[in-house]
Amino acid sequence: MPVLPADPVTREPEIVFETEDVGPMQARVFVTLKNGVLDPQGKAIEQALKGLGHDGVEKVRQGKMFEIELADMDADSARERLKMMCERLLANTVIENYRIEIGGQDAS
Amino acid sequence: MKAAVIVFPGSNCDRDVAVALHQASGTAPAMIWHGESALPDLDLVVLPGGFSYGDYLRVGAIAALSPIMAAVRAHAERGGAVFAVCNGFQMACEAGLLPGALMNNAAGKYVCRHVAMRVETADSPFTSGYASGQRVSIPVAHHDGNYFADDATLDRLEGEGLVAFRYDNDNPNGSRRDIAGILSANRRVLGMMPHPERAADPALGGMDGAALFTSMVETLS
Repeated sequence: MPVLPADPVTREPEIVFETEDVGPMQARVFVTLKNGVLDPQGKAIEQALKGLGHDGVEKVRQGKMFEIELADMDADSARERLKMMCERLLANTVIENYRIEIGGQDAS
Repeated sequence: MKAAVIVFPGSNCDRDVAVALHQASGTAPAMIWHGESALPDLDLVVLPGGFSYGDYLRVGAIAALSPIMAAVRAHAERGGAVFAVCNGFQMACEAGLLPGALMNNAAGKYVCRHVAMRVETADSPFTSGYASGQRVSIPVAHHDGNYFADDATLDRLEGEGLVAFRYDNDNPNGSRRDIAGILSANRRVLGMMPHPERAADPALGGMDGAALFTSMVETLS
């Protein structure tokens, strides 16, 4: 979709989407287990690292990371959408926390 | 009893539970594909065991968003009965029909064996054929049966008598307070990790699960 230049007289700036200039919006979502929730996979990985001789490993917790490309939208809308995605599907907030990064900036 | 078993991609206990229901009620349940969006008038909906969607993301998480689940939720909200076994229990938690979540087994292993359990309450459409405190042996087969909920939720479940089954000094997965199965607040939704449909015919090596099906037929018909 072509980007129409904002006319300072007739157009409100908030409806201007700088789509083709920016490209698709990149986001990363990190989902991790809450403190106190048992993580058998993290524990097994911790043991395996120690088995490799890494004595300095104190603790390993395994999590998930999602890379999401969003259609063009402003950062506030993207943040709201991503929060909804986390609450409904990407994380189970009974046992997991999530953190959202948009375009490299931390938006949690 | 008008019953339906919901079939998801990756369900593998849907026929077993249908056989157990058929034997108990004399009527075969309807088998309804998860992609349907409406349910007929039903006394009971069964969410069966299996590995829906290959357990992608989290066990039961994708199935909880299947098209049919809105109708299942509406059925439960009307006070309809839902029997959720194993992967079905995981879906029911993900869909918000029951509190808490099912996590990886504490030992990190898939467990497939008979476990000793106690029936904690006979006050439900699913357990009325047992005596409270009765000891039963029913098989489990899961990798993610480790029931987790916060202390306040567990206290509420116990306070309201909503723990249906507990492992009897034989916890196979590390579940909090040895919980094997829970009821919803209105006692019309049961989620449990063990498979009573695998202990409902003498040929299967046990009959301790059969009372669950006869209870449902008696109370829900």
